[in-house]
Amino acid sequence: MKSFDWKRNEVLVFAVIVAFCVVAAFSDPNFLSIPTLTDLMRNSIVLGIFAVGAMVVLVSGGIDVSFTAVAAFAMYATTVMLRDLAPDMPWPLAFAIATSIGAALGSINGFLIAICGLPTLIVTLGTLSVFRGFLLTFIGTLQISNLPPGMRDFSRWMMIRGTNSDGSFYSLPWAFMALVIIAAATWVILNRTMLGRAIYAIGGAPESARRIGINVRRTQFFIYVFVGALAGLAGIIHASMARISNPFDLVGLELSVIAAVVLGGARLTGGVGTLTGTFLGVALIVLVRNSLIVIGIPSTWQSVTIGVLILLGTGLPAWQAKRAEARAA
Amino acid sequence: MPTDTQPAPLVTLEAVTKRYAAITALDNVDLTIRAGEAIGLAGENGSGKSTLIKVLVGVEHESGGRIMFDGEPQSRLTPTAATAAGVQVIFQDFSLFPNLTVAENITMTAERATGTVLVRNARARARATEVLNRVGVKLDLDARVERLPVAHKQLVAICRALAADARLIIMDEPTTALTEREVARLLDLIRTLKADGVAVLFVSHKLGEVLEVCETVVVLRNGAKVAEGPATDFDSASLTRAMTGRNVASEPPAPLDPTAPTLLKVEGLVRDGAFEDVSLSLRAGEVLGVAGILGSGRTALAKALFGLARPDRGRVSLDGQDIPLGDPIAAAAAGIGYVPEDRLTEGLFLEQSIAHNIAIGRFDAHAKNGVINLGNLWGEAADWLKRLSVKTPDATAAVRSLSGGNQQRVVLARWMARQPRVLILNGPTVGVDVGSKAEIHGIMADLAASGLGVIVISDDLPELLATCHSILVMKGGRITEVVPGGAGVTEADLSHKLAS
Repeated sequence: MKSFDWKRNEVLVFAVIVAFCVVAAFSDPNFLSIPTLTDLMRNSIVLGIFAVGAMVVLVSGGIDVSFTAVAAFAMYATTVMLRDLAPDMPWPLAFAIATSIGAALGSINGFLIAICGLPTLIVTLGTLSVFRGFLLTFIGTLQISNLPPGMRDFSRWMMIRGTNSDGSFYSLPWAFMALVIIAAATWVILNRTMLGRAIYAIGGAPESARRIGINVRRTQFFIYVFVGALAGLAGIIHASMARISNPFDLVGLELSVIAAVVLGGARLTGGVGTLTGTFLGVALIVLVRNSLIVIGIPSTWQSVTIGVLILLGTGLPAWQAKRAEARAA
Repeated sequence: MPTDTQPAPLVTLEAVTKRYAAITALDNVDLTIRAGEAIGLAGENGSGKSTLIKVLVGVEHESGGRIMFDGEPQSRLTPTAATAAGVQVIFQDFSLFPNLTVAENITMTAERATGTVLVRNARARARATEVLNRVGVKLDLDARVERLPVAHKQLVAICRALAADARLIIMDEPTTALTEREVARLLDLIRTLKADGVAVLFVSHKLGEVLEVCETVVVLRNGAKVAEGPATDFDSASLTRAMTGRNVASEPPAPLDPTAPTLLKVEGLVRDGAFEDVSLSLRAGEVLGVAGILGSGRTALAKALFGLARPDRGRVSLDGQDIPLGDPIAAAAAGIGYVPEDRLTEGLFLEQSIAHNIAIGRFDAHAKNGVINLGNLWGEAADWLKRLSVKTPDATAAVRSLSGGNQQRVVLARWMARQPRVLILNGPTVGVDVGSKAEIHGIMADLAASGLGVIVISDDLPELLATCHSILVMKGGRITEVVPGGAGVTEADLSHKLAS
């Protein structure tokens, strides 16, 4: 049996979430309710899919900051394509197109990183800019608020729907299922396939991985294509749920996503990261973004709060490790 | 030629040659390894040992000659083919995955070899347990490897080789990071493996170990095999001669001047949990050794003397002046120098130039109004490189490009440039080849002769015996005995005193 490690980041983040909820429940008795929960879940969908991808890249020892640009590109290009060429296309096909565009853009990252061997941060910083610039220059800058019917259908497709005692509505779209399926599939890949173990191995010690015959380049290529595909899917889901496709959207979110993943215990140096931690990190960031106001802190304090959480959440374990080392010396 | 009664050797090299452009790294090397045999491969840095390993595992390809496994010639050997034939390397850095568990590390290679797509946890754990039992150690299967001590990491690496059905295990400098007692355990394990029919190619600088565990010794020099024979035909002196091509005499330390003044005085130094009540005095011109197993407090004491760890009680004084405890800058200013155990992570700026590495502690001395006089700095660096005979084309090269022996000289040069009164050397010749080792010992003797006090902390007992006037034996944080250096005591005596 595995012994439970109380010092893990997951535990710390979970404790902060619980503390946040307790304080919020005292200041607003309506906080602990189904609408709060569905809000939290709905707002976690896009951020959560991004975070899964970012986590996989971090585990492999890299970092990807281009995924928001990939998502915006895939989202807007797909919407334009549907509007101009096939307005009646059903949503599953539209989603497949956006995912493929994402994967194709991801393969450009994969090519530069895995085949050319360039540093991941530099490559994705570059492609972030290139993808975004290409989108705004060649595809368009106007937001599309009149979405094709397929995407509108998807946004109306609710898993849970209800009315509160005070007459307000709450709902959870089926889009949440996409996050659940992606989480399950990624869990299987990371923990139950040799490919997933190779991703951890590469993140832990790339040279050792090469020596035991792991194809590091092929694994890296897969990772960036996978992350691109996830970003494309997240993008189209974002547009469908927002009922608007805005090419200026999403970009700028990448650091919040990476922050959520790092809060959840993934190491920037690679090799370590879990889905549980990632989702706890996402939940915390979404809570802070949505509900800071409930506990009486003005929403302008959002980014300060998130910053402090990152410093505490990642600094505390690092400080503990350093102290333990000093004691051993 | 194999006969009917004798199976073909596990591995045969016939006239294997390896050239890189103009350099011949391996020159017509013949080598035969049979099942259950341990062969010691000795040679200085750059003698071709690493190239031989790379050729054997298919990472590099021979330019000429033949490699045979079980009598079958191998053309263009690949790492996969070598693994399939049962050839496994334990790299010096162990090549493990620090972020994965013991069980995953042990079974990763073997599981990949089965071609499975899915992780087979139950099967992998059973295999890991089986191999750990075979080796006779208990390790927590779920512990992350980064949390294990070095000796356990090595065991994991050996278990990984065994899990992959290794028939020949190549160990590259397996004892560098181990203490005396751990080395003894490793040598026992090698004997067990041999009894099981596993062959071992033991690559090491440390002559005693090579002679102790191997039947056959092969010596490489400049890529060519210069000696081969039963281990019983060699002794340390003849092996050293074969490796270096010259006689490396180990001279006993020059007798200590009885009138020499006391430099460093340590009284009742205590660091709770590390060492207790340490008192010693060091005279000008004296070389004082500190011997002790890992955990005896020897490293903590060395660090405490230089202020890297703060002692809880006690006094340290130099020339009668008290030195503030736990303050390395004050210690350095007072004239104490410290050469750390792990020069790669604690001592050197690997990517920076040799000159910068020498000058790093002395920018103040070269600076005028905050501007560094580079001419001075380079001149001094070049001077020290010459005096310590560092073999390098120029002082602008990165320190990383130097061999272990030359890197150590750069660390020494840095301290000597500050003209210290006392130099503390922690493991001065770890990872340094035999020839350079003798030269570093020579440098130590010269330093002492010029009036410095030198403290040497080392695992290498012959080194202590050869260089020190007296040796402090540390056990459980206390100095239990003072032993005279030189010829008065044998290595076995000293080793016994440490372990008992």
